[in-house]
Amino acid sequence: MGALPQFSATDYLLALPIILLTLFALGILLIDLMLPKEQKWANAVTALIGVMFSAKAVYNIQHWLGPAPYSYGLMYTVLMDRAAIYFFYLFLAGTAVAILMSVSYLETENENHGEYYALMLLSVAGMMCMAAGADIVLIFIGLELMAISTYVLVGFLRRDRRSNEAALKYFLLGAFSSGIFAYGLSLLYGLTGSTNLMVIGSKMSGIMQNEYRFVAIIALLTTLTGLLFKIAAIPFHQWAPDAYEGAPTSITGFMSVAVKAAGWAMLLRILIGSPFRLSGLIALRPIWAPVLVFVSIATMTGANLAALTQTNTKRLLAYSSIAHVGYMLLGLIAGTAAMLNADGIKGILIYLLVYTFMNLGAFGVITSLRHKKIIGDELDDLNGLYSRAPVEAVLMLVFLLSLAGIPPLAGFWGKYFIFLSLIETQHYVLAALGVLYSVFGLYYYLKIANAMFMGQVEAGEEKLAVSYTMRAGIGIAAFATIFIGILPNRFIEVVNWALGIVQSPAVAKLVR
Amino acid sequence: MQNHILSIILFTPLVGAILLLFVPKENKEAIRWIANIFALAGFLISIPLVPWFWAQRFEPGFKFIEGTANNWIPSIGAGYVLGIDGISFLLIMLTTLLGWVSILSSWTAIENRVKEYYIWFLILQTGMLGVFMALDFFLFFVFWEAMLVPMYLLIGIWGGPRKLYAAIKFFLYTLAGSVLMLLGILFLYFHHHSASLDHLYTFSIPELYKTAPQIYTDYGPYAATLLFLSFFFAFAIKVPMFPFHTWLPDAHVEAPTAGSVILAGVLLKMGTYGFIRFSLPFFPDVLMHTRVRFWVMVLSIIAIIYGALVSLMQKDMKKLVAYSSVSHLGFCTLGIFALTPLGLSGSVLQQINHGISTGALFLIVGILYERRHTREISEYGGISNVMPVYATITMIMFLSSMGLPLLNGFVGEFTILGGTFLEKDIAGHPGWFWTAWAVPGVVLAAAYLLWLYQRVFFGTVTNPKNEKLHDLTPREVATFVPLLIMAFWIGLYPKPFFQILEQPVNHLVATVHRDASTPETVANAAAQTPAAVVPVAVASPAKRPPAIRPAATATAKGKN
Repeated sequence: MGALPQFSATDYLLALPIILLTLFALGILLIDLMLPKEQKWANAVTALIGVMFSAKAVYNIQHWLGPAPYSYGLMYTVLMDRAAIYFFYLFLAGTAVAILMSVSYLETENENHGEYYALMLLSVAGMMCMAAGADIVLIFIGLELMAISTYVLVGFLRRDRRSNEAALKYFLLGAFSSGIFAYGLSLLYGLTGSTNLMVIGSKMSGIMQNEYRFVAIIALLTTLTGLLFKIAAIPFHQWAPDAYEGAPTSITGFMSVAVKAAGWAMLLRILIGSPFRLSGLIALRPIWAPVLVFVSIATMTGANLAALTQTNTKRLLAYSSIAHVGYMLLGLIAGTAAMLNADGIKGILIYLLVYTFMNLGAFGVITSLRHKKIIGDELDDLNGLYSRAPVEAVLMLVFLLSLAGIPPLAGFWGKYFIFLSLIETQHYVLAALGVLYSVFGLYYYLKIANAMFMGQVEAGEEKLAVSYTMRAGIGIAAFATIFIGILPNRFIEVVNWALGIVQSPAVAKLVR
Repeated sequence: MQNHILSIILFTPLVGAILLLFVPKENKEAIRWIANIFALAGFLISIPLVPWFWAQRFEPGFKFIEGTANNWIPSIGAGYVLGIDGISFLLIMLTTLLGWVSILSSWTAIENRVKEYYIWFLILQTGMLGVFMALDFFLFFVFWEAMLVPMYLLIGIWGGPRKLYAAIKFFLYTLAGSVLMLLGILFLYFHHHSASLDHLYTFSIPELYKTAPQIYTDYGPYAATLLFLSFFFAFAIKVPMFPFHTWLPDAHVEAPTAGSVILAGVLLKMGTYGFIRFSLPFFPDVLMHTRVRFWVMVLSIIAIIYGALVSLMQKDMKKLVAYSSVSHLGFCTLGIFALTPLGLSGSVLQQINHGISTGALFLIVGILYERRHTREISEYGGISNVMPVYATITMIMFLSSMGLPLLNGFVGEFTILGGTFLEKDIAGHPGWFWTAWAVPGVVLAAAYLLWLYQRVFFGTVTNPKNEKLHDLTPREVATFVPLLIMAFWIGLYPKPFFQILEQPVNHLVATVHRDASTPETVANAAAQTPAAVVPVAVASPAKRPPAIRPAATATAKGKN
């Protein structure tokens, strides 16, 4: 091969967050061998340091970009735009909180191995490829890196049958959907002769005019199937409840935020490209927007109905997270057949931000219920939680109300911008459906709250001991949920920055 | 201090709640004292508002304005803006008073989880005050929804046997209405952006007042009516108007006594307040539309008659009072949608009256319940023999609730009925037609209340369990004293109340009729406004300004 063409220091800068994560992951694997069983917490510390280093590297990229909205790198396989940087921070924040919540849980489960944290970091490396990739090959590799790490993490409780079952189901379905996804991508390559999303984007509108448009539609539908599978939208959601229920609870939290955010980053990349340079399948928007309308309505309906009858908290929250995907999809639908709506995309990004904290917090509280004797993921295990752990119970109430979208909590802002975009673009019926389903959602969140505050404690249950790391994790999540809820302005500005929306709302537009 | 008086009133209960967090929960006495001190402080702090407000009662616009538009979340145009007019002033005073009374009444009623109880109650108090003070639609919405959470927990934790059902039903019903309202708010927000000259995105209510009435011409009657309905459902569920009332009996019966007092006294008023503050000035043309107005009037009448009839049938005292609320609130909505200055000021006054009388009725039921742990009417009889003080207070409050002259209920109901009667044309029918349908409600109110009184208080003590009941303690009497004072004050000398209401009500009715652009109705309103029509409000004072001020805009005229 010889010297790589056009490979410069910039490329190293852009790749540094990913490289650092990988190095730390490998480092954890080595250090783990030398650690005695009592000091396995050092792995978590190493992983947190790795996350911090990676975040610093992301900050360097942000600093280097300066006022420029995006930059290509690594021979046009990476499009590092502000949205990608936003997602990087999101992944790292979610991972850091999830690591905090894992430490004592793994000790209780007696599965305190370094591989756990190594796999987490590796999957984040994959997510970053998905969020910043401009080349479908890189995106696919990133997806597989993330997915395979997650399969292993779901089955991490070797001695637990449910965990094994969940991992196998998730793996089989995931492999299948990856196959369909890869097929769609190969069709795209065949149609355009390029794996680069920018090139695909520029050629796609021409293809829609000629006789290959049916191939293009098949390519779109297969690609969309893979994408919707990753974000767990109905009808491709079946893996989610099983995987969420069986996985170690800390991993369920991680999956529901970071992995889901990565799925969304990839979906946005492929369907609309970058907000600063619309590409990818944006030319096919007249076709995928109606499909997404159906998917979104089906997702909201199915998930909200299914969640009503759940008695397992993890399963219930799994369905709730599917329902949230339904709301988020509405943000992508907002707009006309040809035009995206900036507020809709903004809604998705804010939704993912607030969802990261509130959902991790909720799973954190459920994780903390796991003790030597009880698994703690049934609804009944939450009975009378208030008298056993008042602080955790109140924070759980905060997370649940935030998930339900009650102001002034963070979750409200996600829904707010989604519905704002729908009203703005005159999708009144969809907006009405969405808000009514969110009332529906409140019912099953209140079921959890009822158990915590109004349920009776079974005799002989003592106070719940919650470790300091877990408290830190839940505390961060709660602080973020309340803080973003009451003073969202700074965060809205960050998202505006990430999308290149000019600050004055009067002239809000996606920069092209 | 005048500049920040509203914020101080608003956050005093919240400060108390935060302080309570640090008191160990075993120390029940300290918790009770702190909660009561803060509740009383909340009331006392609101008292200086009375003379300050009185001094500027005839001045147009909102008073004591705090904050500027869009200062809270500039990127979306939401602001922390507070301000009051005569209508919200009276409701705020009612809230601080009832908040103190109901916290005082919980002293012995709540024995378990005392700390949480007072914390949630104080938070609820802040939420309710915020609803009445907010001059920013977004802020209003936040308070409107956030206040549901403490109420849900109050019903759900300290309620009766079916508390879970009642609590969830209450929460879901109200939320279902208010999320639709959110969509309506967003529509107004975008409309303001496109209709206003400066193309501003803002939730500021005075700003929205300027553009919202144009929706009727910009988008046509159909869209405007749908938009009206999105607000209507939110407020109608809260009031509750007839087909949406089913959450109310459940919530009232299951809630603890103080919760019922607040629920009836203040929460229901949020719905009528919403009608007055938003529905009337935002959608004047829709309201002038015969069919829409016909149906809201019919629903009010149904609520009056139906609520009273169902009350007659109840075996449970608390349920009886709950259904009587449906009936009384029917009068309030009737007065609002009559769209006359008289009807509207009667309606606001009746809301205050209902808060006082029905609040007292729930306290009365709660006192018996605390002693006997049953609310079945058949369990009682001859109570006046064992509890004479209690029986006297009850009689006064019953009479006030059924509208006996010299007591507050009469003034409110009479003004509403008078205001409706004098209107020549309401939805194609003369005013007397609607009044004729509403009047049986007054008669039925006397029937169910007096019959209840007879069964519970008169005769000999039939049930041996009732023989040892002790009469009211000084604390319990103390909870009734302010309510009794208010009942007599409004009944004997309501003039100050009408004066406080005069400016906002006249302004509102003038705006509605002007924006609805039907010249003859303006003439109608002008013909009726002279105060002589108000039976109890005697001759106009010399400094009284002309009845309809020339198009006083809702712009802020604060001194900050």
